[in-house]
Amino acid sequence: MSESIHVSVGQVAATLALVALAAAVSFWRKADLERDIGIATLRSFVQLTAIGYVIKLIFEADTLLLVFALLAAMVFFGAITARGRAKKVPGAFWPLLIALAVAGASTLGLVVALGVFEATARYLVPVGGMVIGNAMTASAVALNRLGDEMADSRARIEATLALGATGQEAAQPTVRRALRSGMITLVDSTKTTGLIFFPGTMVGMLLAGASPTDAVRLQLILLYTLLGSVAIAALVATTLAYRNFFTPASQLRELEAAASD
Amino acid sequence: MPPVLFELRDVSLARGGRRVLDAVSADMPAGATAIVGPSGAGKSTLLRLLDRLSDPDEGAIAYAGQPLETYDPLALRREVALVPQLPALLEGTVGSNVSYAAELAGKRPDPERCLRLAGLDPEFAERDVGKLSVGEQQRAMLARALVQEPAVLLLDEPTSALDQGARDAIEATLAHLRRELEISIVLVSHDPEQARRLADWVVRIEEGRVVAAGPLEEVLA
Repeated sequence: MSESIHVSVGQVAATLALVALAAAVSFWRKADLERDIGIATLRSFVQLTAIGYVIKLIFEADTLLLVFALLAAMVFFGAITARGRAKKVPGAFWPLLIALAVAGASTLGLVVALGVFEATARYLVPVGGMVIGNAMTASAVALNRLGDEMADSRARIEATLALGATGQEAAQPTVRRALRSGMITLVDSTKTTGLIFFPGTMVGMLLAGASPTDAVRLQLILLYTLLGSVAIAALVATTLAYRNFFTPASQLRELEAAASD
Repeated sequence: MPPVLFELRDVSLARGGRRVLDAVSADMPAGATAIVGPSGAGKSTLLRLLDRLSDPDEGAIAYAGQPLETYDPLALRREVALVPQLPALLEGTVGSNVSYAAELAGKRPDPERCLRLAGLDPEFAERDVGKLSVGEQQRAMLARALVQEPAVLLLDEPTSALDQGARDAIEATLAHLRRELEISIVLVSHDPEQARRLADWVVRIEEGRVVAAGPLEEVLA
């Protein structure tokens, strides 16, 4: 890998021209997104700058304790964010928190154990961020689908319970579809990567002057790591969350009651 | 009066701030009981309580002399089989639905016999459930319940979505089942005439309250 490149504030500021273009398109076509574009630009600037300094501090301190604290914070806020997408799932926070924690810990643990990355802040922080971010999206999509499906399939699920099936048995087709929808986006984008779009890491490395071979190899490592983490997150989230729809006597909870749990 | 199958004492249930069942007390003997009353009276809710798909807020329900909550709910639901109002089959064929129910109950699947009992030709086993008429779905639901060899069938408006011809055929099937299997039936119906044709005991509910209960000839005289 090559030396890191320097990007000036001026270069960043210059790209605001494209933000202005986006706002102009929105204004011209009355898409009513100017305000959102403004907020998105400001938030991305503030959040990324702040996290940049945090990462800088963590890199300089180079202790794993700070790395774990940062990753734990990401898991926590990721679970809160994902819960907002899973409003129809009662008590969604804990399944999401556990899903993100397990997905992050197991995939990072595995890539370190396999010798792919060193257990240092320089690798764990960026890879952990990507892993947890993708796990959050996957588990949020999965639980969103689970909530919709449980509501739509209520009659079928209760009819299956009436046959003496457990909640797990009655919810199985629904849980399967939710798991699938949590994973499918990344699976599909992995299929088309390199053909229809260049993924971010590869682009970043090429811009930073790395050789295309290195850029591709690192990108592949990350894609495969993300596939694993997304599968684990969607699996854990759906496996834990479907239980909240049932009482201990294998009854389907009333949805109004569930929503206020 | 034959032995009491279900015994309800002061059963109340509220949903969304509304009292759906209000101090319901009634006995339902072995044989065929019809729960009748207008739409929204609480009939289907009452039927779900008998299968423990829901629990009352207050009051007690006993089945065969034992409080309902002392039964394992899964075993209870195989012995007391509820066939819901809207057909809700699993994706796949009629046969796969019947086999699934048999597997849950630990019974040897005999789809042919159950389909015949429910009034369907055995060739329906291969049919995809998505391609059945509502009447055929209703019969497939019945076959799926029968494969578990229940002692009691709880039927929620089994003919409400059917035309008169299909309704008569289902009623004939139910009458045949009672004779053939000596199975007890608790039937929810908004139609007193259907109760007259199928039941020998009637519980009449209005606005969540029992207004009459007893032998058919007394309640629907």
